[in-house]
Amino acid sequence: MKVITTIGVTKVYNPDKIPVRALNGVDLRIEQGEFTAIVGPSGSGKTTLLNVIGGLDRPTSGDVDIGGADIDAMSDNKLIDFRKQHIGFVFQAYNLIPVLTARENVEFVMLLQKRPKQERHDRAEELLRAVGLADKMDKRPSELSGGQQQRVAIARALAPKPDFILADEPTANLDSVSTANLLDIMARLNKEENITFVFSTHDQRVIDRARRVITLVDGKVASDEVRG
Amino acid sequence: MLFRLAWRNIWRNKRRTLITMASILFAVLFATFMEAIQKGAWDHMISSVVNYYFGFVQVHEKGYWEEQSIDKAFPLVDSLEQLGTKTAEIKEVLPRIESFALASTGENTSGVMAIGIDPVAENGMTSLESRISKGAYLKSGEAAALVAEGVAKNLGLELGDTIVLISQGYHGVNAAGKYPIKGIVNFGSPDLNKQMVYLPLKEAQSFYGAPGLVTSIALKLDRQEDIKPVLRALDSGLDTAIYEVMDWKEMLPDLVQAKTVDSAGNIIIYFILYLIIAFGIFGTILMMAKEREYEFGVLISIGMHRLQLGIAVWLEVVMLGVLGTLGGILASLPLVWYFHVYPIRFTGDYAAAMEAFGFEPIFPALLQPHIFLQQALLVFILTALLAIYPLYKLIKLKPVQAMRG
Repeated sequence: MKVITTIGVTKVYNPDKIPVRALNGVDLRIEQGEFTAIVGPSGSGKTTLLNVIGGLDRPTSGDVDIGGADIDAMSDNKLIDFRKQHIGFVFQAYNLIPVLTARENVEFVMLLQKRPKQERHDRAEELLRAVGLADKMDKRPSELSGGQQQRVAIARALAPKPDFILADEPTANLDSVSTANLLDIMARLNKEENITFVFSTHDQRVIDRARRVITLVDGKVASDEVRG
Repeated sequence: MLFRLAWRNIWRNKRRTLITMASILFAVLFATFMEAIQKGAWDHMISSVVNYYFGFVQVHEKGYWEEQSIDKAFPLVDSLEQLGTKTAEIKEVLPRIESFALASTGENTSGVMAIGIDPVAENGMTSLESRISKGAYLKSGEAAALVAEGVAKNLGLELGDTIVLISQGYHGVNAAGKYPIKGIVNFGSPDLNKQMVYLPLKEAQSFYGAPGLVTSIALKLDRQEDIKPVLRALDSGLDTAIYEVMDWKEMLPDLVQAKTVDSAGNIIIYFILYLIIAFGIFGTILMMAKEREYEFGVLISIGMHRLQLGIAVWLEVVMLGVLGTLGGILASLPLVWYFHVYPIRFTGDYAAAMEAFGFEPIFPALLQPHIFLQQALLVFILTALLAIYPLYKLIKLKPVQAMRG
């Protein structure tokens, strides 16, 4: 069972000048298979928390443990390797490599993992089919709609078979149809393949579909609601 | 994949890439053409000067060049005469005996350089026969002289007149002789024109009281590139305790210095040219690095190591440089080839001045691979160095800050 645990996590930006306390003692436990939304007003620390959990940023104090690995203790290079194997990211937008096709974008992470060519090829195809882009595999991002690009991003995040997918406002730039479509795909993958999804979001449509909603206010967990 | 990524990234902003490539292309074209013309002109000039008289390599008795004295004459033994048969690069062996003499006719006297030559061998390198303006060329063994036009004019000599030469011969013997003028030669150089008097070798040896001796052996080679192997062969084949072997650079330091000064001037021009190009390339790199900060952040986030990303970006910049350079070389090839086959030919006063010094007034371009490779290497080093900048930025890049913008 892969679990994300944070204990007393704080993050202070500009500690020497004008300190900004983005996270203020966050204690969390996210179990494998969750479909969790982190919500809160702007500046509440959603993205910072996601970055700290994902090892993109280091906490000022406190511990972050992912699947038994203490990521605070890892060097930068070790952390990059850890992310590559265990965590998939979906960002707001513009996060695909514009000069690579959809298939190449998905294959890219597996290439970094040094997976064999055939395996990369087959898995990229399988994932793009799973997100409904079988006919767009050889299109570059500029030839895809925003929703299609985010679906490619999900396929890319899934490619290395990560334990967790962290998505930072994945629907922020999408219309209703694309949002619904994307949420359907993520919910299906969560249900069928037991992949853990953690979102930061403002989007009520995402919040409505989440099974757990963690609300942050001023860098602290204000509420943690688990739905049936 | 890194290559593919780099290649495709180059073409993300076609217009910017083409402008950068074009600036490199024109710099390489300009620099290559300038270098080819400059080196070609110098090669031509050096060949003219060297083949005019000195030869690419000379053999003397040790210490001769320093003193330039007839007392440093040495026996022309068979092994020296046959140097050409032992070393393939030596095309002609020119034995000479030379010293200063006082020339007179009637009431007129003038200081001259009286040189004994092997007429056939001498003509093989210096084309002396082609410089005859009046009369005929010398034959071995005859007692006759060729005089330069200036000497003839100073002394009021005509064909068939007699020139009297007086000098100090080998080890202080009195040297005196009189010779009928068989021919008058014209040199472009005023210096040569007013002092050269040629005698057949045996006659000159007899004049200087030095039978069988010579003061120098000039060697004719086809190309400058043959100098090194010839020097190596002579160093191992001749007794260096007795002989000195000198190439044209040692004998003509002024010419070497003039070439160095000219090349130094060009280096400054190249430096300015490549500095401008470097700023152009660096501008492109700066824009590219800034524009793609977000993307770099994403790539590091999804598991790409900074070094891998750095290599991809480095390759991208180097590819840009290589493409521009290749374009420059391809564009300069026909241009350099054209001016190699059809050299720039000067006319008017400049041509007259060059001809006065015995140079053909033409600037042929040097068509040699190293001219092009040198520019390619320069641009490669330049872009490879400039491409270190994004590498440095990437090492310091924090993905969260990069994605925040």
